[in-house]
Amino acid sequence: MSLLEVKDLQVRVEDREILHGLSLTVNPGQVHAIMGPNGSGKSTLSHVIAGKPGYEVTGGQILFRGEDLLEMDPNERAAKGVFLAFQYPVEIPGVTTWNFLHAALNAQRKARGEEEISSPAFLKKVREVAKSLNIPQDMLKRGVNVGFSGGEKKRNEILQMALFEPAVCILDEMDSGLDIDALRIAADGVNALRSPERAMVVITHYQRLLNYIVPDFVHVMSKGRVVKSGGKELALELEESGYAQFEDAA
Amino acid sequence: MNVVAKTETGRALGEAFAVVRDRLPGKGKIADRRREAFDAYERLGLPHRRIEDWKYTDLRALMREVLPLAPLPDAAALKRAAGAVTAHAIDGVVRLVLVDGTLAPDLSDLGSLEKGLSIRALREVLDSGDGELSAQAFASDNSNPMVALNGAMATDGVVIDVAAGTVLSKPVHIVHVASGAAPVAMFTRSLLRLGRDAGATLAESYLAAEGAKAYQAHDGLVIAIGDNARLDHVRFVEDTVDAFNISSATVSLGAHAHFNTFGMTTGGHVSRYQLTVACAGEHSKVETNGVNLINGKQHADTTLFMDHAVPNCASREIFRAVVDDRAHSVFQGRIIVRPDAQKTDAKMMTRALLLSDDAEADNKPELEIFADDVTCGHGATTGALDESLLFYMRARGLPEKEAQALLIQAFVGEAIESIASDALRDVAIAAAQRWLAARG
Repeated sequence: MSLLEVKDLQVRVEDREILHGLSLTVNPGQVHAIMGPNGSGKSTLSHVIAGKPGYEVTGGQILFRGEDLLEMDPNERAAKGVFLAFQYPVEIPGVTTWNFLHAALNAQRKARGEEEISSPAFLKKVREVAKSLNIPQDMLKRGVNVGFSGGEKKRNEILQMALFEPAVCILDEMDSGLDIDALRIAADGVNALRSPERAMVVITHYQRLLNYIVPDFVHVMSKGRVVKSGGKELALELEESGYAQFEDAA
Repeated sequence: MNVVAKTETGRALGEAFAVVRDRLPGKGKIADRRREAFDAYERLGLPHRRIEDWKYTDLRALMREVLPLAPLPDAAALKRAAGAVTAHAIDGVVRLVLVDGTLAPDLSDLGSLEKGLSIRALREVLDSGDGELSAQAFASDNSNPMVALNGAMATDGVVIDVAAGTVLSKPVHIVHVASGAAPVAMFTRSLLRLGRDAGATLAESYLAAEGAKAYQAHDGLVIAIGDNARLDHVRFVEDTVDAFNISSATVSLGAHAHFNTFGMTTGGHVSRYQLTVACAGEHSKVETNGVNLINGKQHADTTLFMDHAVPNCASREIFRAVVDDRAHSVFQGRIIVRPDAQKTDAKMMTRALLLSDDAEADNKPELEIFADDVTCGHGATTGALDESLLFYMRARGLPEKEAQALLIQAFVGEAIESIASDALRDVAIAAAQRWLAARG
């Protein structure tokens, strides 16, 4: 049984079909990169996996460890081990990062039938993770992402990834809005979380990110389908020749 | 003479006043004032939607009639009230309990008050014939029918004096309790005077004994804050869901005085709070904040009148309404800056959060500025919870209701944070959390 299996997925938004039969199989330990031009449906795929409202799945399946992910609420998917790192993490004024993370972690644990984690134990855990990611303590006391720079927001996403220990991480355009230094810090954070049990799906427009997070597989999306799959060398090929050839192929 | 066609209920109340007036404390001039106030009320009757100030809160439609005056509480009523008081007790306060509109000394902390604090029952003050004090307690606006009615009918209340230079160590907590054996109306009026350089915290709670019948609480509060004095004021409307609460507060500030007030309404079927604040001395500062958390068919109205009469004063209003089901929240805020009030700094921000399609919120900010060198502004927004925030939180594992609860807490948080007293802020946070927990 695969960890994550997307089978012939068809998705509409309002009257427009965005994904026209997309398939993807992800196994533990693997890092998949999904590349493609703007409008190819990359972000739609990540949103549908995470359960964002507003998308209508008209055909196909998404299985997570054999279970039908599309039947689950977003919070149930999170508790099962699906994590989406947002392209644009939202700001939540008035809800401290600390409070939010504690509530979210306990909600996940509760959903899995595990014991809730106490404040002191949580504090210890979050401090350790924050330190490893170079996240200052005072960021945890501020409103979620409020007043954070682009790089801080992405690091906060990685902090959550480290804290929740998901089985599959979807990174949606993690490089957008980051300068090269911020990108490197974020990529180091992600690489530290690579493990034989965990899979990652890295969605990106540019090859650049893949210099830092080196994938095992690269898939090219165009017009709502995967049009070509290959190894990491496919990303370099794309960098040379661009997406135009695949737009015709689709 | 002004001739107004009377409704049936208007006539009934007129007869009721004739019956009870001899029972009401205060003779001579006080009795004359009551008569005048009652005449003023009779001319206007229960306010209705064609009166601009009452457009959103039509008492003729919502309340229909003023219930009979509550009898003096008997032993059974006091016992029921005591249960409610215990359940809502706040630690470390000087507690003053009014049961069915009458001060209950046995439930109140009247003994060994700290130096500089004096507390008397309004009934005693009125019966003692202290003309000046009585006049101050009744100094209110008979053009407002509900304030006039309160003046005519008030049976009791508390008169609190904080001597010049005294900063009270404990908050004073006035608890209004309906014992609830029969559907009745209670009329209370209280007076708080802070001398120069004094400091105090006043909390007010409105509640009822378990299983109380529908009742009406009519309260009037008169506050005079002396020069360089500071009052922190917090009120909690936690009446039962079929109760009416029609209250007013009239506040005046001396020079360099500071008034920080916060109101939270979670209870009552229909509530209306009319707050009038006058900056009468220069360099005074006012913070008026409030939160409504209402659902079902509740109707909660806060009507503020901020009067800047002198230069160099500042006022801030932060008001948040969270409205679920078919509930209706009203905020009317009028700021007047009179011609002499140069360098006034007045800002008002009201926001409403609608949690259902049938919920309603009316925000009516009004600025009337007659001075030319001022900083004034207001803003009002109404909306639903942000779907993108909810999705983010759910994607992190929070069930929808929990995510909503966190966002609602954050929404009301800014207003609650304004409460200066840690203990009272905790009471407000707990009340908000109870409301959220009850949503399920």
